[in-house]
Amino acid sequence: MTVLHEPVETVAKPPRPAARRRGRRRTPRERAMVILGVALLLGYAVVAIAPMIVMVIDSLRPNRAVLSDPLGLPTSLDFSSYTKAWTDASFATYMGNSALVTISAVALDVCVALPAAYVLGRYQFRGSGVLIAYFLSGLMLPIRLGILPIFYLLGNFGMIDSRVGLVLVYAASGIPFSVFIMSAFFRGLPRELEEAARIDGAGEFRTFARVMVPLVKPAIATVVVFRFVPLWNDFFFPLVLLRSTDKYTLPVGLTQFFGEFQTNWSALFAGLVITTAPIVILFLVATKQIVAGLTAGMGK
Amino acid sequence: MKWRRAAYFLLPAFVMYSLFVVYPLLSALGYSFWRWEGTARGSFAGLSNFTGLFTTFPLNQQLWPAFWHTAVFFVGTMLVQNTFGLLVAVLLTELPVAKRFFQTVFTLPYLVGGLVVGYLWSLLLSPSFGPVNKVLELVGLGSFAKPWLGDPSTALPVVILVNAWQYIGFPILLFGAALAGLPTEVAEAARVDGASPWQRFSRVTFPLLLPSIGVVSILTFIGCFNTFELVYALSGAQGNQPTGPGGATDVLGLIFYRVAFQEGGANAIGQSSALAALLFLFIFGIAVLANWAIRRREGSLT
Repeated sequence: MTVLHEPVETVAKPPRPAARRRGRRRTPRERAMVILGVALLLGYAVVAIAPMIVMVIDSLRPNRAVLSDPLGLPTSLDFSSYTKAWTDASFATYMGNSALVTISAVALDVCVALPAAYVLGRYQFRGSGVLIAYFLSGLMLPIRLGILPIFYLLGNFGMIDSRVGLVLVYAASGIPFSVFIMSAFFRGLPRELEEAARIDGAGEFRTFARVMVPLVKPAIATVVVFRFVPLWNDFFFPLVLLRSTDKYTLPVGLTQFFGEFQTNWSALFAGLVITTAPIVILFLVATKQIVAGLTAGMGK
Repeated sequence: MKWRRAAYFLLPAFVMYSLFVVYPLLSALGYSFWRWEGTARGSFAGLSNFTGLFTTFPLNQQLWPAFWHTAVFFVGTMLVQNTFGLLVAVLLTELPVAKRFFQTVFTLPYLVGGLVVGYLWSLLLSPSFGPVNKVLELVGLGSFAKPWLGDPSTALPVVILVNAWQYIGFPILLFGAALAGLPTEVAEAARVDGASPWQRFSRVTFPLLLPSIGVVSILTFIGCFNTFELVYALSGAQGNQPTGPGGATDVLGLIFYRVAFQEGGANAIGQSSALAALLFLFIFGIAVLANWAIRRREGSLT
């Protein structure tokens, strides 16, 4: 199978079979199957979403009520668990660090991968095939196994317990995926673009920056959204690379929080909600990019 | 484009990727052949770090069980994803329902991340105050209530189900996209020929989906053999928290962390690098082989 040209397009396709079926009369047996199927979907939807609903509801109830009945409904909205997590347990700091590290890493990743993807997607030269394989093999590399050498490497640069070090590792770990998605997009753009730009007197760099980059915005959006999620959630690298509490990102902060507030379930749920909220909001805003990113591997 | 010009475009990505991804993995391989005293490299060790993995206490007693736990973890997750996930994807394609809504709901747990999912379920499954046991009581199954994560016999299956719960959205989306891309003519022709729905699925649709099933399996394999956060949050770094299952959920990712950073002793670097090297060869090797096999199959199909 060849690499997908436009990952976004493939998933945006309408579900043809469903549309066709709607027009046909169903036999009673088929109707029973449909009802069964819909019931199954609804049932699993409850299983998928209920834990998160419990999480949100219990974070808004006083701890005593949560412990006596974890499934109760709130009598009034109680935000004290959020104030506790946000100020007493410095979730405000963790949130700031997570935002800073994740956004910088994704930005760096895109800036570095974009020109590489352009060249690899649009030009063939000696060794280009090997280079593509070299970058794409990173999609399957278990990067965490290199943690000790990464640790000493950053130590040599004086970047242990440094958010900059974390950003560098994160950005580098995203390069294979970014190159994969964006080079496929560049490959799909029409040949005439460069010629037109050249006739207009634009140089190589100008063509890239002014003509090509604006055209791959959808691919950039996919990469941004899809790299954002695992980095925001990553626990392993900050656990090893960060030392001081004021540099902690949300997942490491959350671990500390779970150690300290063991019995305050309401606060624990609030901590989980705070950690999750930005990602859920991002998802609701950018569902299309996430779906595209998740299914892009199909064309591999 | 001239080579020199191309180099300007390629160099930043090449250097960063090589320095922070490829070089560390290769050095880990190198580290594994030396003895280490803390952070100082000692004498050449040959393969003794590797043999040490299987002979030094406590690692020799943890490694094989951890390997089997991880293997069961992978197989269990895959079974759920490739059966239930596929069923849901087929239902979403065939039934007149709000496809996007269900996809969104099923994908949400994936976005939440392993650590949060682990902590969330550790609270939900708690023996004393947990909502799961409470629900069982409410529906009259109170006798089944138990400390799910503390009981060694249920701990691993529960971790598998939580993992499948988290990742199920991915195969649903991927299979959904694959189903939407299938040529309708083939299924239509089978229908005209009088094939039953089940025959149409098993003889026509399913074989065409095999490449997607392969992709899901490979990615699940890589994910499962790297799993760390979920088990860390559910059972603690030692796997023996007061409420923990006494090592019944120790997976390879957890053992690696433990050897490298917690109880590796003086030769922690040598030992954990040897483990990293073995894991690397195993994970990357199988992933590459499986990928090659899928491509070959695809080639023979088209």
